[in-house]
Amino acid sequence: MNIALFLQMAAEACPDRSALTHDGKHYTYLELFESANKVAERFSHSGCQFVSVLDVSSPAVPIALMGAAMAGIPYVPLNYRLSTEQLSELLARIEPAFLIVDDSRTNDFDEVEATVLGRQALLDDLLSSPEVSVAWKEDPSAVAIQLFTSGTTGTPKAAILRHEHLVSYILGSVEFMGASEEQSTLVSVPPYHIAGISAVMSSIYACRRIVQLPDFDPAEWLSLCANERVTNAFVVPTMLKRIIEELDESSFDPATLMSLEALAYGGGKMPVPVIERALELLPEINFTNAYGLTETSSTITLLDPDDHRQALDHDDLVIRARLGSVGKALPSVEIQIRDDEGNELGPFEAGEIYVRGPQVSGEYLERNALVDEGWFPTRDAGYLDDHDYLYLSGRADDVIVRGGENISPAEIEDLLHAHNAIDDAAAVGIPSEEWGEAVALAVVLKNSAELSEDEIVSLIRTSLRSSRVPEVIRFTSELPYSDTGKLLRRVVKTWFD
Amino acid sequence: MELKPGLRLKSTVCDAEIMVIKATDGDSLTCGGMELAAEAPAEKASGDPDHMNACVIGKRYVNEGQTVEVLCVKSGDGSLYYNGDELMTKDTKKLPSSD
Repeated sequence: MNIALFLQMAAEACPDRSALTHDGKHYTYLELFESANKVAERFSHSGCQFVSVLDVSSPAVPIALMGAAMAGIPYVPLNYRLSTEQLSELLARIEPAFLIVDDSRTNDFDEVEATVLGRQALLDDLLSSPEVSVAWKEDPSAVAIQLFTSGTTGTPKAAILRHEHLVSYILGSVEFMGASEEQSTLVSVPPYHIAGISAVMSSIYACRRIVQLPDFDPAEWLSLCANERVTNAFVVPTMLKRIIEELDESSFDPATLMSLEALAYGGGKMPVPVIERALELLPEINFTNAYGLTETSSTITLLDPDDHRQALDHDDLVIRARLGSVGKALPSVEIQIRDDEGNELGPFEAGEIYVRGPQVSGEYLERNALVDEGWFPTRDAGYLDDHDYLYLSGRADDVIVRGGENISPAEIEDLLHAHNAIDDAAAVGIPSEEWGEAVALAVVLKNSAELSEDEIVSLIRTSLRSSRVPEVIRFTSELPYSDTGKLLRRVVKTWFD
Repeated sequence: MELKPGLRLKSTVCDAEIMVIKATDGDSLTCGGMELAAEAPAEKASGDPDHMNACVIGKRYVNEGQTVEVLCVKSGDGSLYYNGDELMTKDTKKLPSSD
């Protein structure tokens, strides 16, 4: 069992089909497979213990991922946006490495014990060098991927995904060669994010051509969709919000998106007004909400296109609310909601989300986080409705505890997102002598909209409860998000120090 | 034969190759009437004509009780049998693409 199987099967079944488009250049499945074989041999000869790509999306990403799997060496993509200091710390943890970087940066890593190669030089060399055949190991428990977490709460942890987890995920969720030759998927999430990695594996197994957009920009995303006749795409919520704004504000004709059949989103909480507007603007497109974590090999729940359409105009409030849900568990995945003592909770009772299944690793290099019989505590908070639809209310660590009462930031943020003068909002906990913690609120108003602090306070007091009323409100021009769309609450908190 | 999940096996009568997803140790898994093997012989044997209904790449094959499941990773002319029963393709729920 080895993830390289996906590319081997694609190259066997449709060798000449276009597998990847980057900057107008194409690779077939056979070219990708042969390049992966050749690079695997180089990885093995280099004596490296880790293979790393420290770069934007390029053909080097699937080739290095599959080549590392063939060579039996863990693949460790790194965030090229990190500071030199942060990168040095991570690189010191993966020595000796085979490091693939932007061609302009090959001399930046002299301090690291690594074989450093420029991406384009390597790709050109692989295409022109003689064919090789690599025999790989079929060890299901070998480490395929090691991903450093973003380290919001301290030193980044190294999450481990073994071949068995990733193979279970792909075989359980993707039909082999399920895509026709005309289909393609636009990948704009960065390659060091689990969604960027699963996009590569899913597309290869479905034999759906990958179109890479290395640096997300809404106008470029739209024109690439049109020019490459893209049929599928995955975006994080902040990307969808910017695409919708671009469609609303520019003269871009939604008809240009004629080829687009399906748009999946995930990686953070989607504000309901954004997805409602997207459904209105693009009624022909099949929207899917996917929720997952690095430690679960990507997607564990799905809100499918029928759920979206049904929810949009439904009179029943429970069904209508499903636009704010992340959907139901994949067939091989089990979900439980538990309280702080670990007791399982019933429908509509909020607690911590636990997940179990063959794709769930729940393991870090430093420790295994699985508890009783393979359950992984996600640290995400949420609840299930009476039809097993899952709703997220944020990270368990983000809950604001005011005078012993648990307040989910999402409760306040959802209310404000629905207000027509408010563009964005974040509620965080700040220290309070009286309550232990109190609510602080950062608000972004829409262009030229006006709303006073008193009006916001009164809205929250009447719609929610007085305990939800913020101690302090700060107006700002934008909120801080990571490049994969996660709201950086720790940064917002510092505004109230 | 020890049939572990993840094990890759080849047909001795055709081009077919499979990967074991689920199985019980000591069971017999055949293609074209001949036991599957770790390595295919240079010269292929001739298969049992009753066991030559082909297997197709990407399809998952199961027995009736679904106690055994294999993934065909390379198509071939032989058909797959488990302890004497022909394996059938597994119906899988089609999910929307999520990444």
